Formats: sequence, structure tokens, C-alpha cells
Amino acid sequence: MAVPLLDVQDLRKYFPVRRGLLRRGHSWIKAVDGVTFAIGAGETLGLIGESGCGKTTTAKLILLQETPTAGSIRFEGQDVAGLRGPALLAYRRAVQVVFQDPYSSLSPRMRVGDIIAEPLEIQTNLSRQAIRARVQEVLELVGLQPEMARLFPHEFSGGQRQRIAIARALAANARLLVLDEPVSALDVSIRAQIINQLEHLQQTLGVSYLFIGHDLATVAHISHRIAVMYLGQIVESADSDALCTRPQHPYTRALFAAALPDHPDDTREALVITGEVPSALNPPSGCRFHPRCPYATSRCAEEAPPLKFIDTHHQVACHLF
Amino acid sequence: MATTAPTARTALPPVVRGLRRGVQRVREVPLLAVMILAALVVVAVFAELLAPHDPTLPVRGARYFAPPFWMAGGSLETPLGTDFQGRDVLSRLIFGARVSLLVGLMGTLVAGSLGTAMGILSGYLGGWVDQVIMRLTDAWLALPSLVFAIFLATMVGPSMWNIIIILGLVYWTRYARVIRGEVLSLREREFVKLAEIAGASKLRVIRRHILPNVLNTTMVLASLTIGVVIIAEASLSFLGVGVPPPQPAWGLMLSEARPTLMAGQWWLTVFPGVCILLVVLATQLFGDWLRVRLDPQLRNL
Repeated sequence: MAVPLLDVQDLRKYFPVRRGLLRRGHSWIKAVDGVTFAIGAGETLGLIGESGCGKTTTAKLILLQETPTAGSIRFEGQDVAGLRGPALLAYRRAVQVVFQDPYSSLSPRMRVGDIIAEPLEIQTNLSRQAIRARVQEVLELVGLQPEMARLFPHEFSGGQRQRIAIARALAANARLLVLDEPVSALDVSIRAQIINQLEHLQQTLGVSYLFIGHDLATVAHISHRIAVMYLGQIVESADSDALCTRPQHPYTRALFAAALPDHPDDTREALVITGEVPSALNPPSGCRFHPRCPYATSRCAEEAPPLKFIDTHHQVACHLF
Repeated sequence: MATTAPTARTALPPVVRGLRRGVQRVREVPLLAVMILAALVVVAVFAELLAPHDPTLPVRGARYFAPPFWMAGGSLETPLGTDFQGRDVLSRLIFGARVSLLVGLMGTLVAGSLGTAMGILSGYLGGWVDQVIMRLTDAWLALPSLVFAIFLATMVGPSMWNIIIILGLVYWTRYARVIRGEVLSLREREFVKLAEIAGASKLRVIRRHILPNVLNTTMVLASLTIGVVIIAEASLSFLGVGVPPPQPAWGLMLSEARPTLMAGQWWLTVFPGVCILLVVLATQLFGDWLRVRLDPQLRNL
């Protein structure tokens, strides 16, 4: 099998929490607790989960904003943990990010052209002219006019700003874009435009996406494969179609049950989960979902279910299967 | 009246409306403060042209302790009177303006650059750098600033440039504190994160992203510090460790006039005192206005 572009193995990130004024011992928040996935070239992996389930921490780990507690991240077969100097810069060039809030991710005091040019200035030794030409090129690529490079971010709408953020991420020919809820802050009509633009860019440039979101419809639409996260762990992962038509894990099924139906008259399996997401500081024993799971048995409280293949591309972590 | 007013306004030609808006904007500016500050700058820059006499030498033919011109014994030759050496008070005030402005601006510049640099380093680098700088700031703030300034001034000897550096060293801490707080929130902003993810060096992030975003705050703080620095300079000069005589400085003039205050030569103390009061008041008013104008979040500072 070919080496995937990004290969994440058993990734863990624990944050220490000190309690009390003088007490030495600390406990851990297990934000990401053994996550494994791979993204191939030109492929989109969707990562779904509630707030606080570790999606964004996973993204931070991939972007080297945090160092993992355990596990490995391999990019084209090479572990990124030990990267230094030019190799590190090459990785930074290959992996870029688009954040959720297009109002905070563009510096209010820089012109759009300078914002897009920044990665080029850092990562390449192109001449001023070449950089300017490239900036205009990527602006056109994301559906904006090249003349807009002279303007400031506050002169744009939210959707346009997000296009600018995408242009910046693609400026130095990134191979993998981490899209951290890129459309959650946008109007529904703009959302579709941006999603279509992203799909179009993927077809023309062959770039891979790690698409993080909590909106099922959006993630299902753009992703080839989807992984569902709950409390720092992946509970189900499958091809997008398979997951949408035949969700297996009770949590995934609850997510789909909670989403709005395509048509108001459609009837749905009424699977309502109760209670709050437990604290990652004190995760439940056994299967982390068992206190809220309608199908939980005594076994679920004692033994953590491993991810099992129930089909060639369909993995579920549940004792029911 | 109330019903006709809106129609009358919309009927106005755009030129008039533009003018009105212009007038409104000017009204918001503290006019008094701007006028005083403008006068100070003009007087300081053109001191040689404006002063009728040499500020350091006695006026030829003038009496000692001549009163202002409107009092008996005063003359228009020395409109605000003369001091104990027969020097012209007006000329000394005019040249004193130069010292006050120079010390105020340069002292603020030294304090502002030092404090902003420390604040940025402390806030952005964090860790032990932050600890060291902040403990240093704490220690600095615990010292009474004027006593500290006197101590430094007596160590290095009095001169205007020494005073500038000393006052810069005394007043940098408040910049460091405020700017550090500002940087702590800035470095969590996504555009800073994006620069780091793109592989930008710390120096580049500071230069391109942090510094431009804290400059507003620095400017506001600076406008509020100028008055404090001017007062401090006057105090040091008054106490004899500031600008050395015979150079004219307002604080020095007060100090020299102190023995004669009870003797009735009030003009020697009142005029420099009024000058200090007006200039400090003007800088404070202007600083307040700038603060509200540039950053509403700083209002409760």
C-alpha cells in the first residue's frame, strides 16, 4: 500500500491540571487519547464531534502548535516530531491551516496582499515581483479580483475574508490544508459557495484536506471519509457514504438523529442521548460513551471497546459489533 | 420646528453638510489643550526669535526684582519683571519651554521605547523572561519614583540629557505592564498563530504583528506620560538635581524664587508655576481625548 500523505498513529495529548495551592500531584485532561487516522493525497478526511472532543487539539498537534504526549505524526512517511531547520520549514510550507473566524485570522493592519504574501516571504526566496504575481494568481484562484490585494481586511465580507484565508494557505503550494471549522462562522448561502470552491480547488490542485466540523451535512458533503470523535477518541470511521447511510455506533446514530431531516415529513429513528458530555478530566471507565448510551451493558462500563473493522473501510469502537 | 428640522437638513447641499461634519469633528478635539500645546511647541522652537533678552544674562540697565510692567516700577523692556540677577523673566520662561518640551518628549520617548520593548518581550516570550521582567517591574514600582530619580541624578550629575535618561528609566514600568497585557491577548489571536504556523521567526512576529498592534496603546500612554515627566523634571530642577543653572528651566526658576516669595516678589514664582500647570493640564486633557478616541477599551485604565 502506498504511503499516505499524513499518517497519524495513536496520537495522545494530555494537559496537566494542577489542583490546590500547594498540592504537588496533578491530574490530566486527556484531550486526545489514542487517535489514529491517515489522509491520502487529494483526499478529504472529515473529523466530526462535539465541542471539546479534541478535534481542535488534534489540528494543533498536526500544525506543531502543541507537542504530542505520545504517538506519532508522519508526513510522507517521515516523523514530524524531530524536524528542524529547512526540513521543518518544508513541512510548514506543505501543511497550512484555515481557521474558523475570518475576522480574527487576518491582521487588521496589513493589506490583503501582504497577508497572502507572508508565507511566501518566510518559506521561499522568491523576488518581490514573483511574490506579487503569485499573490494575484492565488487571489484569482479563490475567485477574487487581483486588484483586491491593495485593500485591507475590513473592506471585505466574511465569505470574502475566508477566501483570502484560503488563498494565503494555498499561496506556497500547500499539500495538506487543515480546515478547522472553516464555514461555521458563515451564512448558510456563503457556506455552500466556500465548500464548492474548496472542492474545486481540490480537483485542480490535488491538495488534501483535514476538514474539522460539527455540522454533519457540510462535513458529509465535502469529505471522502469521516471520523467521528467522542471525548478524545475516534468511535467510528468510514467512507462518507457508508457513514451517512449506515451509521453504526450509537453516538453517530444519535448525531444523525439530532440533525434536521432533509424533508420535514421524513421520519427518523428517535434516538435521543441524555446528559452532558462527561469531563475529559475524569472520563468514564470502559467505553467513554456508556453513561449516555441507550444500549449500554455491564461490559461497556468495564472494558473499553477497540476500533474493529466491520467492513473493509468501516471501523467502529463498540461492543455491539 | 421639530417636524421641519429633518427636511431642512436633508435639503442642505453636500458641501454644507460636509462642512458641518468637519466642524463637529473639530469640536470633539479639546481645543484649549491643543492651543496650549501648539503655543508651547511654537515658543520652544522659535525661542531665539521670540525672547526679547538673553535668558542667562542680566538685562542691561534693568533693576533687580523689577515687577511686571503694569505695576509701579515695571517697564515694558522686561514685561514680566526681572529676577534676583536682573534677568528677564519672560525670556527665561520662553527658553524654559524648550527644556520642558524637550525633556517631556525625549523622556517619554526613552520610557516608551524601553517599556514597550520590555512589555513585548515579557508578553510574547513568556516563561522565565516574563518572570524576570515582571519581578523587575514590581521592584521598580515599589520604589518611590521621585526619590529614585533624585538618587540617580545625584549619582550621574545634573545635565538635561542625564535627566532625560533618568526620567525614562524611572517611568518605563507602566508601559511594560500595560503592553505586556496587550501582547498576552494578541499572541493568542489567530493571525499571530497563522504567522507561527507559516514558520515566522519570533522577531518577525514581533515586528510584523505585535508591534503595529500595540503602537496605539503606546501612543495613548505616551500622551499621558508627557505631563508627568514635565512635572518630574520641574521637581528635580526645583530640588537642585535637575537642569543646572544658569540654563533656564521652569522648575529651576521656582527654586531660585523660593527665598523671595515671602518678600513679595510673587511674579518670580507665579509665572513659571502657571506655565507648568497649563502645559501639564493640556497634555492630560489631550491624552484623555486621544485615549477615548483611539481605544475605548482603555477607558478604565
